[in-house]
Amino acid sequence: MLSGLIGRKLGMTQVADAQGRVRAVTVVQVGPCTVTQLKTAPTDGYDAVQVTWGRKKLSRVTSAERGHFKKANVAPGARTVEFRKLGDGELALGQAIAVGDVFKAGEQVDVQGVSKGHGYAGVIKRHHFAGFPGTHGTHEYFRHGGSIGNRSFPGRVRKGLRMAGQMGNETVTVLNLEIVEILSEDNAIAVAGAVPGPDGAMVIVKHAARPRRKANVVAVNA
Amino acid sequence: MNSVIKKIEDRGLRNDLPEFRVGDTVRLQVKVREGEKERIQSFEGVVIRINRGGNRATFTVRKVSYGVGVERIFPLHSQRIEKIQVLNHSRVRRARLYYLRNLQGKAARLDTTA
Repeated sequence: MLSGLIGRKLGMTQVADAQGRVRAVTVVQVGPCTVTQLKTAPTDGYDAVQVTWGRKKLSRVTSAERGHFKKANVAPGARTVEFRKLGDGELALGQAIAVGDVFKAGEQVDVQGVSKGHGYAGVIKRHHFAGFPGTHGTHEYFRHGGSIGNRSFPGRVRKGLRMAGQMGNETVTVLNLEIVEILSEDNAIAVAGAVPGPDGAMVIVKHAARPRRKANVVAVNA
Repeated sequence: MNSVIKKIEDRGLRNDLPEFRVGDTVRLQVKVREGEKERIQSFEGVVIRINRGGNRATFTVRKVSYGVGVERIFPLHSQRIEKIQVLNHSRVRRARLYYLRNLQGKAARLDTTA
């Protein structure tokens, strides 16, 4: 139907399967999303379905957005994203798409979100550097990164050298998370593992671009 | 906590198990899987810790087996627990009985007069 949906990270918990094996899952509220535009190859150069999710205060909607949403006769959403259309089914403007229409339990998904911001972080927090000894003569040099290069050769700092800087608050996509469960009633899914961002953050859930073959399930006691 | 998560955590909670507290001696019947077969194994010892928290709750049972201390952590609501028998209560003044790890023999006994 669609290649993905927009949602919100609700938080993590754990679930046990029938054998009592426990798995850590993230519960993500997904959809329902409303179709706002159908892009087609003749008019737009490519095929896509634009959907929106959530609500946006009217005072925050720009005139351009207002017109765009009005065309589809849809209330302005908090976030609008394009997805590919899968399969043959027809979609109409204003149509609501629920979790169950897009995802099935057992499928793998990619989840994209904005990671928690840690501000301008030093190398210990940001790159797990070890820092310097607390004693043995270390003087005002505890959480530094150390040397960043050689001398006149090469006379510059290598590209990609790990240093202090902004940590987090960047777009992160976690690949191939298994959908453990679909909770259609609550418009939510439970995916195995962690998802970027704080609880309550907006995320985009898509069918896995490069799914892994099913990992072997290992029997574990207790 | 989010209501959807609460809903997930409230499923499959086990209220068929007897109540027990830290310091109690319990005997557990635990399902153990060996290849294709499943059998019951018992584990008897003192509850030294209970970690609360919905379906994430766990408890730790400690016993001394052939002179070696053995501790196992069980999910409180696990389907793998067949049965819990409370054998003994004892009077303890801590919520976590980690101090038992440093004691041996007679010193490691608990006051069961309660």
